[in-house]
Amino acid sequence: MIIAVLALGLLAGASGLLLGFAAVRFKVEGDPIVEKIDALLPQTQCGQCGYAGCRPYAEAIAAGEAEINLCPPGGANGVAALADLLGRDPASLNAGHLEKPRVLAVIDEQNCIGCTLCLQACPVDAILGAAKQMHTVIARECTGCELCVAPCPVDCIHLIPVAQTINTWKWNSPAIPVEAAA
Amino acid sequence: MSALKSLFSFHGGLKTVRHKTESNQSPIQSGVLPRRLTVPLRQHIGAVAKPLIQPGDRVLKGQMIGQADGYISAAIHAPTSGVVAAVESRHVPHPSGLPDLCVVIDSDGEERWIDREPVDYRHRHPSELRNILRNAGLVGLGGAGFPSAVKLNLSGSDDLETLILNGAECEPWITCDDRLMREQAAGIVAGLRVMAHLLKPRDVLIGIEEDKPEAIAAMTGACAGTAYEVRPVPTRYPSGSVKQLVKLLTGKETPVEGLPVDVGVQCFNVATAYAAHRAVDHGEPLISRIVTVTGQVRRPGNIEALLGTAFAELVEQCGGYRDGVERLIMGGPMMGFALHSDEVPVTKAANCILAASAAELALEQPVMPCIRCGACVEVCPADLLPQQLYWHARAREFDKAQDHHLFSCIECGCCSYVCPSHIPLVQYYRYAKNEIWAQEQEKQKAELARQRHQARLERLEREKQEREAKLRQKAPAKAALTSSPPPAETAEQGNTAVASDRDG
Repeated sequence: MIIAVLALGLLAGASGLLLGFAAVRFKVEGDPIVEKIDALLPQTQCGQCGYAGCRPYAEAIAAGEAEINLCPPGGANGVAALADLLGRDPASLNAGHLEKPRVLAVIDEQNCIGCTLCLQACPVDAILGAAKQMHTVIARECTGCELCVAPCPVDCIHLIPVAQTINTWKWNSPAIPVEAAA
Repeated sequence: MSALKSLFSFHGGLKTVRHKTESNQSPIQSGVLPRRLTVPLRQHIGAVAKPLIQPGDRVLKGQMIGQADGYISAAIHAPTSGVVAAVESRHVPHPSGLPDLCVVIDSDGEERWIDREPVDYRHRHPSELRNILRNAGLVGLGGAGFPSAVKLNLSGSDDLETLILNGAECEPWITCDDRLMREQAAGIVAGLRVMAHLLKPRDVLIGIEEDKPEAIAAMTGACAGTAYEVRPVPTRYPSGSVKQLVKLLTGKETPVEGLPVDVGVQCFNVATAYAAHRAVDHGEPLISRIVTVTGQVRRPGNIEALLGTAFAELVEQCGGYRDGVERLIMGGPMMGFALHSDEVPVTKAANCILAASAAELALEQPVMPCIRCGACVEVCPADLLPQQLYWHARAREFDKAQDHHLFSCIECGCCSYVCPSHIPLVQYYRYAKNEIWAQEQEKQKAELARQRHQARLERLEREKQEREAKLRQKAPAKAALTSSPPPAETAEQGNTAVASDRDG
């Protein structure tokens, strides 16, 4: 009886020490699921989901506060990837959060007054310019988030659809798309 | 005799229809000089060449008009002398039918060359020689168009075991390499010498399919007295595919997602060797290539065409179309692609123009469900499971398709050819590959945006702190200025300074 109690006590003590050590040694900083969700989001930082950027949205999803179908730039593929990661049912994109073709912001430089409001709105610093100087969009960096359009006092920023080039052209699937029927 | 000499074989492959005799009976004609040439600035794998000329400039034949932009890129030259009419997007031979940047040259008919400087390759440093070939715009002329100078640089790795010259030309209908070997064997061997000088291989093998006895005889004759060895290989499609030819000639298996150079083998097309000879021994950049014009044209044959010549003009030179042309294909029927128009220019990759009739295309075959017969597995020269790839590509399960080595697929078309259900299998693989590349690009773009957003947040935070630090600095100074008049106010100022200190 005593031996059994001692043995179990020792075992419990040793396991406790081991677990305690592991908890300190292998401590995970932050929530790894947030990182994983963030990695699947398109990083446009557009706020169309209702959160202040991709990372806040990822945090909200991880906390169970947000649905996974609020990200229009991610599209159906993005929702499917999130559903796969989180083991949730793949929902279709929320109404009002529908997928749009990819766009690029272009500043009509004739009309730009150099107010810098769009510079402040751009979440990825993709607009180049200074006060009272003409501004321009760095096309390579622009995510097409549309956040620069509203602040412009002279409405000189337009969104143009990204044109297909030989580099971005893709072969179509020979299969008859199932979605077409819906 | 040849079957005995070739000790190795690759899995799968096909005996296809040949259709070589239509175009290989007559000598190579030189192309008629067109009035207007449309020279694309991307005729190779890699970055678009940077244009060096403006509309209105006079150019000489062989003058560089596009500079290689980066390591994996190639220079582009004016194919004839004349005036640059435009530098703009024009239609190019591409399955999309989309335009790409081109230089349009109106020829003056004088064919005035630049100063051509032949060099003695034996007295040149390898890197200098590679630069000469690079500036000559040399790319693989077998159809892929990979910049050759890159392949000629082993960058300090071990000696090359085997250098292979690819004269297999396994694709039906195409005979441009066959005619070139018959007529310019000495030139090909001269180019091969330059390549061997750069790569210092232990063996040099020339692989030619045994259905080209004249080419084999010509090349054997030209190789007499050298250590180069002509090896006939069995006529079995796709023996001309790099990995399969390496297997046939050396028995070495190229690793998955690897290159032949990983197993000590480097491979070039015979036409590439000939172009290297023209560049080194004659100082002529790559401005023309031999194009097979065949199928439903009146006089099929091979034409040495200036790059930028419209396909329509080559067809015209071959007597025009016959009735029943269903589709115009660049490349062969197995791996080529349909063109949207014949008003596209010859590029470095254009080895064949095939005016195909309905009979050649086997059109109107309804696609039936896969019956899992496994015929595609038996013919796959890359040892893949085409059926599994098909299911996964169709279901958009791209990660699973990659697990089945989708990217080892060489798109040779054997599986589609034998499929009893007429499923366009290769189309599915191309689609899946494109989707995976696009997703990869999206991911990179997202990562860039994430980094930039992060940097912005950090910058805003930094600016905020700097502002506060400035405020703190200013506050005591203000306090000192206003210290003397009413003492009560001074005490208040001091308090706020302390408060803001605490905040910071």
